Amino acid sequence: MGKIKIVHYINQFFAGIGGEEKADFRPEVREEVLGPGLALQAGFKDEAEIVATIICGDSYFGENIEEAKKEVLEMVKKYNPDLFIAGPAFNAGRYGVAAGTITEAVQNELGIPAITGMYIENPGADMFKKAVYVVSTKNSAAGMRDAVKKMVPLALKVARGEEIGSPEEEGYLPRGIRKNYFADKRGSARAVDMLVKKLAGEEFVTEFPMPNFDRVDPNPAVKDITKATIAIVTSGGAVPKGNPDHIESSSASKYGKYDIEGINNLDETNGETAHGGYDPVYANEDLDRVIPVDVLRDLEKEGKIGKLHRYYYTTVGNGTAVASAKKFASEFSKELKADGVDAVILTST
Amino acid sequence: MVKEVERAGIPVVHMCTVVPISLTVGANRIVPTIAIPHPLGDPKLDPKEEKALRRKLVERALEALQTEVTDQTVFEVK
Repeated sequence: MGKIKIVHYINQFFAGIGGEEKADFRPEVREEVLGPGLALQAGFKDEAEIVATIICGDSYFGENIEEAKKEVLEMVKKYNPDLFIAGPAFNAGRYGVAAGTITEAVQNELGIPAITGMYIENPGADMFKKAVYVVSTKNSAAGMRDAVKKMVPLALKVARGEEIGSPEEEGYLPRGIRKNYFADKRGSARAVDMLVKKLAGEEFVTEFPMPNFDRVDPNPAVKDITKATIAIVTSGGAVPKGNPDHIESSSASKYGKYDIEGINNLDETNGETAHGGYDPVYANEDLDRVIPVDVLRDLEKEGKIGKLHRYYYTTVGNGTAVASAKKFASEFSKELKADGVDAVILTST
Repeated sequence: MVKEVERAGIPVVHMCTVVPISLTVGANRIVPTIAIPHPLGDPKLDPKEEKALRRKLVERALEALQTEVTDQTVFEVK
């Protein structure tokens, strides 16, 4: 195999086109090496060459998954590369979903080897780690060097069809694939070793990790919505004007609880968004676009719902750790329950 | 967050634009919305039309809350 030909996919931010205000950027191909591609190319030295970079805005992809996928696939096809790389997307949620979607499509629909990289809590990781090689990266672009170090060798192996080692050896997220191998000791001996370690309180590595299915069964439907108290919860960073509790624009460490009694409509004078992960222009103009207070107030007046709960709960779901979101929601859900809330409308951006 | 609200015993509807994420996270009642920066609105419309659109989405969410489901269900807005 000669020099490996690579097509690279990145978002509008890493291409230097712009931030959230450019997130609706439509797919475009450039025959040059851009952004993180430079670090990857340096890692590949003469063994591989990035012949083209495809750029797509994260919101465009997220809002038009099928069309965007088709457009990007067409672009990749034109170059008939030996390998496709998307990202790394770190902890950028929409970017991770886009990178995973397109990596899977290139691999399965075009039959071209493909890999991507992202942080383990990126929603794209859970969605695609079984389908494709997702290199496990840090949660921000500060981890670029580490990501490149893992992605380059894996990319070369995948492109050349070489044998791929275990997730621990190669640095990708476990795909749930089992492989037979000859162990030094038989199973009974290994099990006893493990048990002895466990009894001694020592660390041991299981050979069969239990999958973690964290599903919650749906609650019964609301019987009489005209008597129900409905509360609003959002991860869209909706806050009163001025963000009084200084909720962080990303990786939020807290949530807010805000009184909307007497508020019939949100506008640029009484609400804004603290979220740093999408273009805030539309939410800052009219926050009803994120939390529909105006409509729920109307429905309340018309008797279509019992009551709009006096407080809404909010945080910024931008790079926020899953563990934090879980903690926030388990706290305020207890309050909602104690306050007699019958149902919740939870909005996300 | 959706799961924690549900776990607390409160029926919850998730209104969001990127439905695959919501499905992965584990929301049970899902209403797809307009766009990431303005899920419940469309700045291209005039204010009256925009509010009507928002009302349609919220009414769909209320229908979702009144519908018994046993599995993850996406309530498309017609």
